[in-house]
Amino acid sequence: MAEIPKIEVMKGASADLSAATYRIYDESHTMGNALRWMLMKNPKVEFCGYSAPHPSENAIQLRIQMYDSESSLTALHAALAQLDTLCATIDDAYSKSLNEDKFERWVEES
Amino acid sequence: MADINPRRLVRVHPERVTDVSSTDFPGHYPGEDHSWDHKLFKKNLKLSVKRLSQRSIEFDLVGVDASIANAFRRIMIAEVPTICIEEVYVWNNTSVIQDEVVAQRLGLIPLNVDPDLFETRGVNDSATDRNTLVFKLNVACTKKPNVPAGTIDAEKLYENSTVTAGHLEWVPQGEQEELQAFKIKPPASTNPNIVIAKLRPGQEMEMELHCIKNVGKEHAKWSPVATASYRLLPHITLYPKTSFNTQLKRIPPEHADKFASCFSPGVIRVDPVTKAVSVDPKGVRGETMSREVFRHPEFTDCFGLGRVRDWFMFTVESEGPYAPEDIFPASIRVMRSKIANLKKATERLMGMTESDEPQQDTTEDVQMADT
Repeated sequence: MAEIPKIEVMKGASADLSAATYRIYDESHTMGNALRWMLMKNPKVEFCGYSAPHPSENAIQLRIQMYDSESSLTALHAALAQLDTLCATIDDAYSKSLNEDKFERWVEES
Repeated sequence: MADINPRRLVRVHPERVTDVSSTDFPGHYPGEDHSWDHKLFKKNLKLSVKRLSQRSIEFDLVGVDASIANAFRRIMIAEVPTICIEEVYVWNNTSVIQDEVVAQRLGLIPLNVDPDLFETRGVNDSATDRNTLVFKLNVACTKKPNVPAGTIDAEKLYENSTVTAGHLEWVPQGEQEELQAFKIKPPASTNPNIVIAKLRPGQEMEMELHCIKNVGKEHAKWSPVATASYRLLPHITLYPKTSFNTQLKRIPPEHADKFASCFSPGVIRVDPVTKAVSVDPKGVRGETMSREVFRHPEFTDCFGLGRVRDWFMFTVESEGPYAPEDIFPASIRVMRSKIANLKKATERLMGMTESDEPQQDTTEDVQMADT
């Protein structure tokens, strides 16, 4: 059995990929909603939406439509890079707060 | 309380909630940008730890979209790996609990083993010292000698009348014994008092338990948290501010105490002399949003009730090997590895579409679907 690809372009995409639906395997609302949000932050994106088609399918579908025949794949790649910097920023802020802030420490009975 | 941009408010009405969706997208407000700006995000992001115990942590994540906060919550529950008992080889079990029931109970025991020390065992992989941890459970119940007549307490009458997680005995495999981490903290349950079964004289249990690394979405026993949840910060608007584009009226001084009693204790401050009403910025975190205040006509147009859409108050309770403060960073690491994974797949797809490959090249990892 051939290995399932992580991402595939679903049937019906335009030839220049300016409007395409991507099927992303082994992902859920966790990545779907975060990616959708980051893609919608891109002014070149006309429409972006995702769905988890069925609970027994281990995949989500991400629809991206672009203005001016831009490539949706490039937009997807950019969104992933931006999400990564976002995560890094949150990580830094968290460790900074944990190490430098004064907060209540208490003992919890179990 | 601190001024909050009205755009950040989710408004709560007597029977409905409005302004739920975030609006910070390009094209939503004419003449405003709202495209992704890392510098602006960094400026607006506020993360502050509020409370920390040896079992739980509370922190505020302010300035992110719900999709991001929710992604971290979901990852903390379902995708941060831990190690749990997965396979139970029962050599002997004469207790009243059936093999499969005791196996299920054993699986739920939280272990103190750092998951970073282990690899994930695939479906077809064989067990090695890098992916499997072994315990044995060997307990037999016997009568204690010389117990005074009339004793009814099972603990005094019998040896090993209760099988607990403390009876789990680690059996080092291969190089595991040499591991410095295990020399400092030998693998065991995080709580030795968890009851597994009860025995009576003549009954015994003899089992070998294999533990593997996995994530909570496979089975909840691998979830590192008891709960990981967030609430949005409640927000109460009072005179002289405006709410819903209307000027608010002052709370009638004769009703000030009644107004305060409509909210959770500590949320509303009433000046004992002037009976002026204000919101306690710390106390408002504890508001339960009961909406009792809407039931009293004398407060109509005197207040605005809502929540701050991008102010997430996280509570994470650790139940497993992680210290509570380490779970959130672990979820960020998982998120980033997921992103890296997707990015690689996207790059492969980009390489393929640019080189005019035929669309049905099944040897490639990424391919065009034909369905």
